[in-house]
Amino acid sequence: MQARDILSLTPAGLYCPLADVHIDPLRPVPRALITHGHSDHARAGHGAVLATAQTLAIMAARYGEGFCGTAQAVRYGEAVTLGPVRVTFLPAGHVLGSAQILIEANGLRIVISGDYKRVGDPTCAPFEPVRCDVFITEATFGLPVFRHPDVVGEIDKLLHSLTLFPERAHLLGAYPLGKAQRLIALLRQRGYDRPVYLHGAMERLMQLYGELGIALGDLRKVEPGSRESLGGAVVLCPPGALQDLWARRFPDPVAAFASGWMRVRARARQRGVELPLVVSDHAGWDELCATIRETGAGEVWVTHGEEEALVHWCTREGLAARPLNMLGYGDDEAEAEAVAEPSA
Amino acid sequence: MNDFAELLDRLAFEPRRNAKLRLMEDFFRTTPDPERGYALAALTGGLSFRNAKPGLVRALIAERTDPVLFALSYDYVGDLSETVALMWPPPSQAGTGHNAPPPRLADVVEGLSMAAKTELPGLLARWLDALDETGRWALLKLITGALRIGVSARLAKTAVAGLGRVDPNAVEELWHGLTPPYEPLFAWLEGRADRPEGLVVAPFRPPMLSHPLDEEELSRLDPAEFCAEWKWDGIRIEAVRELTPEGRRIVRLYSRTGEDITGSFPDLCEALIAENAFVGALDGELLVLRGGRVESFNVLQQRLNRKAITPRLMQEFPAHIRAYDLLGEGEEDLRPLPFAERRRRLEALVARLAGGRVDLSPLVPFVSWEELVAARARPGEAGAGIDAEAVEGVMLKRRDSPYVPGRPKGLWYKWKHDPHLVDAVLMYAQRGHGKRSSYYSDYTFGLWRSGPEGEELVPVGKAYFGFTDEELKELDRFVRRETVNRFGPVREVVHTGERGLVLEVAFEGVQQSTRHKSGVAMRFPRISRIRWDKPPREADRLDYLAGLLPRGETMKTRAGKT
Ligand SMILES: [Zn+2]
Ligand SMILES: [Zn+2]
Repeated sequence: MQARDILSLTPAGLYCPLADVHIDPLRPVPRALITHGHSDHARAGHGAVLATAQTLAIMAARYGEGFCGTAQAVRYGEAVTLGPVRVTFLPAGHVLGSAQILIEANGLRIVISGDYKRVGDPTCAPFEPVRCDVFITEATFGLPVFRHPDVVGEIDKLLHSLTLFPERAHLLGAYPLGKAQRLIALLRQRGYDRPVYLHGAMERLMQLYGELGIALGDLRKVEPGSRESLGGAVVLCPPGALQDLWARRFPDPVAAFASGWMRVRARARQRGVELPLVVSDHAGWDELCATIRETGAGEVWVTHGEEEALVHWCTREGLAARPLNMLGYGDDEAEAEAVAEPSA
Repeated sequence: MNDFAELLDRLAFEPRRNAKLRLMEDFFRTTPDPERGYALAALTGGLSFRNAKPGLVRALIAERTDPVLFALSYDYVGDLSETVALMWPPPSQAGTGHNAPPPRLADVVEGLSMAAKTELPGLLARWLDALDETGRWALLKLITGALRIGVSARLAKTAVAGLGRVDPNAVEELWHGLTPPYEPLFAWLEGRADRPEGLVVAPFRPPMLSHPLDEEELSRLDPAEFCAEWKWDGIRIEAVRELTPEGRRIVRLYSRTGEDITGSFPDLCEALIAENAFVGALDGELLVLRGGRVESFNVLQQRLNRKAITPRLMQEFPAHIRAYDLLGEGEEDLRPLPFAERRRRLEALVARLAGGRVDLSPLVPFVSWEELVAARARPGEAGAGIDAEAVEGVMLKRRDSPYVPGRPKGLWYKWKHDPHLVDAVLMYAQRGHGKRSSYYSDYTFGLWRSGPEGEELVPVGKAYFGFTDEELKELDRFVRRETVNRFGPVREVVHTGERGLVLEVAFEGVQQSTRHKSGVAMRFPRISRIRWDKPPREADRLDYLAGLLPRGETMKTRAGKT
């Protein structure tokens, strides 16, 4: 039996026929395994869902309690048997509750990475490399130009700008799930203890992180009519809000944006960002390569992102590699816009 | 050069003029000599490195990276320096791991000017190893002469002037007497020394610029208050001739940005040296005149594009000045005088010149705006005569206007010809560069002609601007949806008589071209409208462009596929 018999590609996404489950399905299916709470991976409307408790909590916070038929929580490292298949969730280091999924069947070990990163993050459990035969990796930043710098340096850029322009509000665009909480935690680690202000779309998940035990210090709502008085403050908002009318009420705002995409200047300029901070929740090129080597996998499937370059690299390393060309998974950016809209 | 690199990086993202000034002023205030002086030279375009060509940078990265990964990365980033800065492997990985300190800007400038060509790759590689990503990016931008960070030389000089709270024009007028790293300038601005007088011979005077005008605005102006001139399709030039105290005759030619271009025009320079009636500064248009007739911009370009200025080139493309203003004469600064008065002085001066290399740009006579409208429509019949093809519109100048550097409001206007329009069919698209590297934003379009197998489209040009950001997204979506073929970074999009996209393209004129399959090249093409409504079959034909060629030029079309 080959890996392709254990996992196949269907219009709804990756599917394991032996266990009759989809992984991060794009449309409602009877049974789903969910790697993490970003909305391109975790959608509402499935029958049975298996995921970590934090991912289930995130989904419930976003979609309401009835987001699926039945939900089953699984702990990191705990094996679940689904017919002839053993499924284990392992930390992916991407956002709170994020997991890789190890699928074992017929003596083959396949790991679906979900989204992941290798550098430390105070708001989630660190990535655990798993030996496997087939590694299905994301490749959001799958080009050698994406080498994420040390995050401390990036946070210091923001702190430096706050001293250089103390009268200007610093609007910090960030994805509301994961990135926003990580940035606050990093600011706190660098000794920034002033209140951090939140756009309305940030509040719910911020509160959930608090409930799940991630302490982030003094967080405040941007109260109606208070924007004019927030000169010199750090205000977290979804990236889409940076160009909104909403942003213009702040005193001479500096548009900052924290994302791995900020590594490429053209990307930052396209969005009208004035203070790009290169902070990524996805593995950069060197991390992707190192992780593939660490898994010991002889076969690599590459999914969302720059698949071509990573497949080329694998081939040169003597690994069997193929791109999955699955559409529908974004780079979390779609996520940011999606969250900005419905929540009032 | 880390501080300088950070300044550049920050400037490149900062849209506000005042914030840019603040960042630069702060840098000049806190950075020691000579580092800040070289930085000023870099920001004003005053540094050039003969040997550091993009080819060298490509060779260095090729030794260190996989060619496929490099090609994919370059296609994604869209900018060579940035791609190399990002991909450059850390020195430990490359096996040359020693902890050399990052170079100062002064080290780079001095190192490059001293290095033999063969030493250059090693030197550059060592610097790239020692710098961080931002440093590498800045270094590569700098030495390939592609800084482009939205700071003009003028803005940098304004920031420097801010150190001493002096008028930027005061810095401008000293500028050509100074050389990097400008220590006497900083000393003066910081009050540690006198103004570095006497260093400047034949200084540049910043030019006065005009505002664009349309017919509707015209009706609100009073014709009696204005003079009109032809707007020549050449390049703006300032010619300064002075006598040094020792009696040496000095001539300097400047571009509109203050670049000293004397070296490119030895013929003109020599002719002006001999004009003993002229001591002062002329403002005018640089043109190629042959047989008493102004040649098209295409011809002028053939002279401008040539690096080696040979006697043959000068004979074939003789440079002339068509003068339209006089900024100074002898010791006298004429700029505060009204235009009409300066014009009188200019006419008198040109009449005294002997060499025939400088003539007068004639005034266009008119009493009413109707007359001017008619003249603009038919310059040949309104005094431009055989030079009419080199006229690209009219200039309006208030009779009482002093000569004010910069672009003052309400004094001078340019009223250009309307552009030509053509409906063309989108054929190929390519990812843009820089800001647009993730969109298909470079469009190749074609016109119909009769081919051996019936009607066919032949590519006639490329355009990559003229559309809004919203339209760009729609175009990008169209390209991705309608791709029929991919050749590397280029996508061929559907273009049959029934299916495809018609683009209305605006352009300034055409010239013959052997490089284009169509035999013609458009000048300054840009997308003026997207004709979602129009079937490709109804787009225009190649013959239309042929009819616009300047006299004497023909279309040498190449048949078949290339
Ligand atoms: Zn994700
Ligand atoms: Zn993802």
